[in-house]
Amino acid sequence: MKNNWPLWEVFVRSKNGLEHRHFGSLHAADAEMALENARDVYTRRSEGVSIWVVESKHITASNPSENGEMFEPAQDKVYRHPTFYNLPDEVKHM
Amino acid sequence: MSDAEVKNLEALFEARIARDEKIEPKDWMPEKYRKTHIRQISQHAHSEIVGMLPEGNWITRAPSLRRKAALLAKVQDEAGHGLYLYAACETLGISREELYEQLHSGKAKYSSIFNYPTLTWADMGAIGWLVDGAAIINQVPLCNTSFGPYARAMVRVCKEESFHQRQGYEIMLTLCNGTEEQKAMAQDALNRWWWPSLMMFGPTDAESTHTEQSMKWKLKRKTNDELRQQFVDQTAPQADILGITIPDPELKFNEDTGHYDFGPIDWDEFWQVVKGHGPCNKERLEARVNAWEGGAWVRDAAMAYAEKQEHKKVAKAS
Repeated sequence: MKNNWPLWEVFVRSKNGLEHRHFGSLHAADAEMALENARDVYTRRSEGVSIWVVESKHITASNPSENGEMFEPAQDKVYRHPTFYNLPDEVKHM
Repeated sequence: MSDAEVKNLEALFEARIARDEKIEPKDWMPEKYRKTHIRQISQHAHSEIVGMLPEGNWITRAPSLRRKAALLAKVQDEAGHGLYLYAACETLGISREELYEQLHSGKAKYSSIFNYPTLTWADMGAIGWLVDGAAIINQVPLCNTSFGPYARAMVRVCKEESFHQRQGYEIMLTLCNGTEEQKAMAQDALNRWWWPSLMMFGPTDAESTHTEQSMKWKLKRKTNDELRQQFVDQTAPQADILGITIPDPELKFNEDTGHYDFGPIDWDEFWQVVKGHGPCNKERLEARVNAWEGGAWVRDAAMAYAEKQEHKKVAKAS
């Protein structure tokens, strides 16, 4: 039998109140082992209070070569930013 | 893609790096960049994993529970560092199995320092102090390297590594403050590890084939000789504090340059060890190959179990 362990992505919440952040990846046979390995590999010094693992193949990623179509349209929509709007100086906080 | 298009992409790519932009795995990159990074990152990962062996040798014989816990933690860190680095390397499109295969077949190298034996407990001190000290000097500039996953792995590695050097130095200090025999043991360890540690920075600048390209890609920020000098300058006063002597009659502080002068390195020895003729090359590789092959049934069993559980879940759901 020649079955290689799949790749998992590891996300760790470093403390309550913060979001889970991508910490790295590892190989494991199943989700439970991925969690245990993630604990040992990425939180040896109390770096986390919660871990998510997801098999890498389930992540759909955008393609950097299509970054133009994907992200450039946002660049000419300046009206989405507060500084686009002209207000008299008398209006102090808005 | 035509040659002109590739040239154009390459120019854009080099400009991004020059602007200090990071390169991420799915970005276009020149084949040479990919290959060089696979070579360097995997060599680095292999060094972490093989580096566990000389120290693993002393875990069961550590002189106290405090020392044993620290050494265990250090060796576990090295496993972790190897894993961060393998994972970074895999983002370049090479599998973990291929990487192991390259190590086991001798195609990929690892740091030659790990081909020296650990004969006494003092070697645990000397390795932490000198080998980890040299590694830190090599690694800190890599936190800013151009390939994102490598840089991120290195930030984590560097953060964890400083305890390694301190625990080693503390071992040396304890031995040097101990009996005559203990101090002699520390001196003997320094004698054996000093020159191999200087060799860890690689061939002299004149002999180094990869330096120029690596500088451009920020795989290197300083040359081998500059880093080696930094190590000598930093380490010589630490030996004085321990009260032991660095085995180099030519080592002397140079008032004019503000640096320590040191004697010539035996590069024949370096190349002999790189080519596989060091004292422990065979033993180290054998240990790795045996661990991988002997563990195959465990990996297979874990996978079979995972698949069985998955089938059960599917059967239950339908």
